[in-house]
Amino acid sequence: MGVRVQHEDFDIGAEVKRLTAGRTDIGAVVTFTGVVRGANDGAGVAGMTLEHYPGMTESELAAVEAEAAARWPLRASLIIHRVGVLAPGDNIVLVVTASAHRHAAFAAAEFLMDYLKTRAPFWKKEAGPEGDRWVDARESDGDALARWEHAPKHT
Amino acid sequence: MPVKILYFAWVREKTGKAEEVVDLPAGVATVAELVIWLKGRGPEYAEAFAREHVIRAAINQTHVQPTASLAGAREIAFFPPVTGG
Repeated sequence: MGVRVQHEDFDIGAEVKRLTAGRTDIGAVVTFTGVVRGANDGAGVAGMTLEHYPGMTESELAAVEAEAAARWPLRASLIIHRVGVLAPGDNIVLVVTASAHRHAAFAAAEFLMDYLKTRAPFWKKEAGPEGDRWVDARESDGDALARWEHAPKHT
Repeated sequence: MPVKILYFAWVREKTGKAEEVVDLPAGVATVAELVIWLKGRGPEYAEAFAREHVIRAAINQTHVQPTASLAGAREIAFFPPVTGG
């Protein structure tokens, strides 16, 4: 279990290796990587700056991770979120979930992303052809979160 | 009782400051009342909080609703809906 907020890039293979090293109780590892797109809502994106709320970010990510661990039998998990200046093609976020069987790892990875997108205090400012603009929250993110509210817990 | 107020993203840009320490006046007991009071402090605050229904708040680094009490608040933050991930 762990959360990290960092400027540096991450190495997915190295992170998975570290998370599962010495473990023989893990049968499934799911990774999700969020990447900066070169276009958003039809406009070109030259890059973006990610701002966050130090302290609250880490505690929200830890709370989201604890919630996933309470819902699914996870053997290990990791959330890494980058901040600072990023270019198209750069990694933004990494979620890794590990469990004995695949279902819990798949579901928990999606849950972690849906929760962190609506709860973790990060803000994206995109640099585009018409200058910088703060990215608006998507209603679909709230919808994605809502479907977990009534989902049965898998224990 | 002095409290630290933090502003993030476009709320920070519009108020022109990332943080400040203020003495909460008597009668300001909730987040919504604090927003009303802040809006009266100057045009930059009025502008920052013009779309107050959009702005989110946290007390002591925990998400709260506008009706939340400020009792026990050491750090209050205002920010737009989050857009990480």
